[in-house]
Amino acid sequence: MAHPKRKTSKTRRDKRRTHYKATMPALGVCSNCGATIKMHTVCNECGHYRGKLAVEKEVTA
Amino acid sequence: MRHRKKFNHLSRTSAHRKAMLSNMASSLILHKRIKTTVAKAKALRMYVEPLINKSKTDNTHSRRIVFSHLQNKEAVSELFREVSEKVANRPGGYTRILKLGNRQGDAAEVCFIELVDFNENMLSDKADGEKKRTRRSRRGGGAKKTTTPATEPTAKAVEAAEETKEDKASDSEEKKEE
Ligand SMILES: [Zn+2]
Repeated sequence: MAHPKRKTSKTRRDKRRTHYKATMPALGVCSNCGATIKMHTVCNECGHYRGKLAVEKEVTA
Repeated sequence: MRHRKKFNHLSRTSAHRKAMLSNMASSLILHKRIKTTVAKAKALRMYVEPLINKSKTDNTHSRRIVFSHLQNKEAVSELFREVSEKVANRPGGYTRILKLGNRQGDAAEVCFIELVDFNENMLSDKADGEKKRTRRSRRGGGAKKTTTPATEPTAKAVEAAEETKEDKASDSEEKKEE
């Protein structure tokens, strides 16, 4: 089996990682209270989902 | 190769996975809504929906089949008594997954999975589903038969939908009077 001859230098490693990027999640606005929400999730503020009350207020997760 | 590896193993052995899904299915039937991760909820959906479907025919055979999957007497009787009654008019799609965002600690995506017919707040969704279903049947029926028999079932379906709405809005007394 082939083996690496040299340890990958910090520069080479870091240059490889320049292409690792965080992506922005898709965001939307709650139709009930206007808060910013992650798409396809229940609103954290009011518990509404697609204009309907989905989860009572107890949940904050 | 990933060929034909269709379902999520959930990092568990077969026995562990079956036991977990069995417990989760019992919990869902007893409590109507449970909180889990999205991956587990999607696996559970595939596990319980056929069982709920089975509950529509209430006989010893189907009860035993369901019990073999649930291993919980209370859950089986609850399923065949309360759940099957509410679910009777729904052609599949008995569960709903509501995503709640990411959990603190491991950033896992968490969600509620619930029985659609037991969420009173989103009940108007039910009428929407029935409308869609009737529209679909009208299209299929209209192509083969004439238009007159196709309109009758839709009218009946609309009446049925109105009746169910009234039942839920008021008490069952109105239904008896009708
Ligand atoms: Zn909101």
